[in-house]
Amino acid sequence: MNSATQFKPGDRVTVKFQDRPGHLRTPWYIRGKSGWIEQVHGEFRNPESLAFGHDGLPKKTLYLVAFNQSDVWGRTAAPKDKLLVDIYEHWLESSAQEREEVSHE
Amino acid sequence: MSDAGNAEHGHDHPKHELSHYAKRIYAIRDLLIEKGVITEKDIQCQIEYQEARSPANGANLVARAWGDAAFKGRLIADPKSACAEMGIDATAINEFVVLENTESVRHMVVCTLCSCYPRPILGRPPDWYKSFNYRQRAVVDPRSVMREFGLNLPDDVEVRVHDSTADIRYLILPLRPKGTENWSEADLAKLVTRDSMIGVMDPLDAIPE
Repeated sequence: MNSATQFKPGDRVTVKFQDRPGHLRTPWYIRGKSGWIEQVHGEFRNPESLAFGHDGLPKKTLYLVAFNQSDVWGRTAAPKDKLLVDIYEHWLESSAQEREEVSHE
Repeated sequence: MSDAGNAEHGHDHPKHELSHYAKRIYAIRDLLIEKGVITEKDIQCQIEYQEARSPANGANLVARAWGDAAFKGRLIADPKSACAEMGIDATAINEFVVLENTESVRHMVVCTLCSCYPRPILGRPPDWYKSFNYRQRAVVDPRSVMREFGLNLPDDVEVRVHDSTADIRYLILPLRPKGTENWSEADLAKLVTRDSMIGVMDPLDAIPE
């Protein structure tokens, strides 16, 4: 894995709440929500650039990010249910301050 | 392109009223052919290629994985190589991940942004997979979607919904049905429905002889 990879499995992260024109692959419902890195998928060309005929470089690290259903929707049908979303690194920020509180994960 | 012998151009258009987007697609197609960017044969070959890929590919992978633990290990560790072993061309997929269901964890796949789908393995996605209804409800209330497909899970089973929004394509490896211990791979494959590989339902039950 590239040494520039910012997060590792288990790290708490929050999806940036932002919007801008373009081809954004981060679903609206997950922006501003907090979860944790489940897996590092690797590096891929940036779809926000590819969509406009550019080369997608530099590549961006893509993560599998896990969220509790209850943290995303404020409710859930069953307590263990999770949502897992593929999110590029530039959409994530560390939420390390929550690490203590969520040690039960 | 030569138009000899044809007053208009060399192919038929559907007779019924076309939607705005269909009209646009036909207009683009006609222009690409007219300008010599692609030929009608290219389009026909591509249609045949798309149609040739079907859920049978996925069913064969799953059936072999059920019967052959070493193959299952390879399928999970390196899905593209395992596909190549079976003569299935998965190279069109950027990154291919196989998720194994267990008694305590069930996976389900959606693309809330569009209709990302492992086409080389499962063919074209069903219409419901592309519907707004499924794309909304799969992430908000997956259990109600599963119930509509006949799958009632107890609350202590963990449901993991994967929103495949990027370069990864997911295939679910469903649980092997009970009572199939001595079944051949070909018979097992008949139980593996497309929808069980999307994760919204279980494979078909084994019906005792």
